[in-house]
Amino acid sequence: MTHASAISPDDIARLRAHHPDVLAAPLATRLRTWGMWLLFLAAFGWGLWWIDASPVRIWNGLSKLGFLIGLMFPPSDGGAFWDYVTGMVETLGMAFLGTLLAAAVALPLGILGAKNVVPNWLFHFSLRRVFDGFRGIDSLVWALIFVSAVGLGPFAGVLAIAMSDVMVLAKLYAESIENVDGKQVEGVRSAGANSVQTFSLAVFPQIFPVMLSHVLYFFESNVRSATILGIVGAGGIGLQLSDRIRINNWDEALFIILMILVTVALIDSASKQIRMRLINGGTAAKTSA
Amino acid sequence: MTMLANGSAAAGVADIRLNSFAEEYRRQQRTKRLWTLLFGALFAAACIGSAIVSEVDVGKLLTGLPKSWNYIYGTLPRIRLETFGADMAEWYWGINYWLRLLLETVLMGFLGTVLGAIVGLALCFPASRNLVESRLAYFISRRFLEFFRTVPGLVFALIFVIAFGLGPLPGVLALAIHTAGSLGKLFAEVNENIDPRPVEGVRAAGGNWLMCMSLGVIPQALPNYASYALLRFEINVHSATVMGVVGAGGIGQELYVAIRQFEYSDISAILLLLIALVSIIDLSCEAIRHRMIGPELQKAMPS
Repeated sequence: MTHASAISPDDIARLRAHHPDVLAAPLATRLRTWGMWLLFLAAFGWGLWWIDASPVRIWNGLSKLGFLIGLMFPPSDGGAFWDYVTGMVETLGMAFLGTLLAAAVALPLGILGAKNVVPNWLFHFSLRRVFDGFRGIDSLVWALIFVSAVGLGPFAGVLAIAMSDVMVLAKLYAESIENVDGKQVEGVRSAGANSVQTFSLAVFPQIFPVMLSHVLYFFESNVRSATILGIVGAGGIGLQLSDRIRINNWDEALFIILMILVTVALIDSASKQIRMRLINGGTAAKTSA
Repeated sequence: MTMLANGSAAAGVADIRLNSFAEEYRRQQRTKRLWTLLFGALFAAACIGSAIVSEVDVGKLLTGLPKSWNYIYGTLPRIRLETFGADMAEWYWGINYWLRLLLETVLMGFLGTVLGAIVGLALCFPASRNLVESRLAYFISRRFLEFFRTVPGLVFALIFVIAFGLGPLPGVLALAIHTAGSLGKLFAEVNENIDPRPVEGVRAAGGNWLMCMSLGVIPQALPNYASYALLRFEINVHSATVMGVVGAGGIGQELYVAIRQFEYSDISAILLLLIALVSIIDLSCEAIRHRMIGPELQKAMPS
């Protein structure tokens, strides 16, 4: 503290007395912050008690988990490599068809849900609530339902994927239709086009790249969810995986998990590249126009 | 005479240029059409291929759709206006038990998010390119995060159920691992976009790496962390609803039993409860996120 301009403790005390709010939050704010933290910790502790996370149980579980992981190495295909490949192809096929079905069914719904297509407030609001409501049901629940409705097999998985995505896609479509540039719509309409022609010539070219990139993104995430639908009997690699886990063939289970990782990584990078090209192509067309 | 010759020569040049433009246009059209054709063929092949492996045939679809409709119709309860109260009570006969399971589902989502966020927070600093010197630490933490978020949560749940026993604990751990993977990546992206000056300031004042992180990085990144964690909480409540299918706690177990044993009206009752729960969680989290980001934005904007 040899420097001449250094702040002495007296200065700090004086400043604190003059501007109490700058150096410390007011008591009410501090109390509220502490209260929130306390509430948070209480909820956390109560939750740990509820799920019975006692140290003994966790310790025993971890040692058993270590044992299981030990059994997983080295991973082996158990001579059923081509069965797994078939399962994987089935998974990809389910994801592809499910996404396609959802994309097609969502189109009319999305058009109906757009504020600038159907300007009725009540209709718009209730349709949006339906879209949101369906999002709450996971694809695995749909798979359970379709397995008991149409029987075991990948077809139930296709329907489950389509069902869980259709409402979310419809919502995204509706939003992109609401965001179209009005000038092109006006231009086409002023040239004498009717509403169908306006949609196909002015609205659709604008929303198509956006829709396609949403659909690709959904395909990526559907490949991930399709890998587990087999657990409830809806086809794909998940059936083999859950079977191997149930009969304690851990090396084969790890092999399947690694296969899933590789496939998902491949699909992700391919789809990312296509989406990049789509977006870049879209902006390039826009700037040149 | 010379002028005319000049004119026709100019016209000839113009024709040649026009022709070359037309030629170029046609060539571009051709390549474009070729690409369209190629993509169309690929698409058709993918459609047919996946229809074959998914065992889809149109006949099955046509018989399957009315079957699905019958199924959905069958789940609807018979409610008459004159006995409305009694019918509702019969439809929701298990409401107390179901509400308890819903609470457990939300708790699982909460615990999974908190535990996952702690692990993700620990891993996100070495996984940010601008915060670590060592390429090895960066590489290893990135691969860990990738593994955590790519293996489906339900697969972790299947394994943990065997290691830790049935109940919500394995479900929470599975959610936490998946959350650590995705939140760690998102947190790292937040870290890579921070203002480097506070970090440099802390380092210039003699702070070590931990101090740089806790005093330079975390204060600026905290609102974004919290916003992502809340978003993840919504997703985790959603995933927690199906953990019960493999015996890992929550409402999923009850739904699984109802669907497997064809207790039709129970299915619709539980599904409606689920939809209500997810909607409430989504709406309230959205409100909190807006409030959380609101003052930060106001602070960031002068005047």
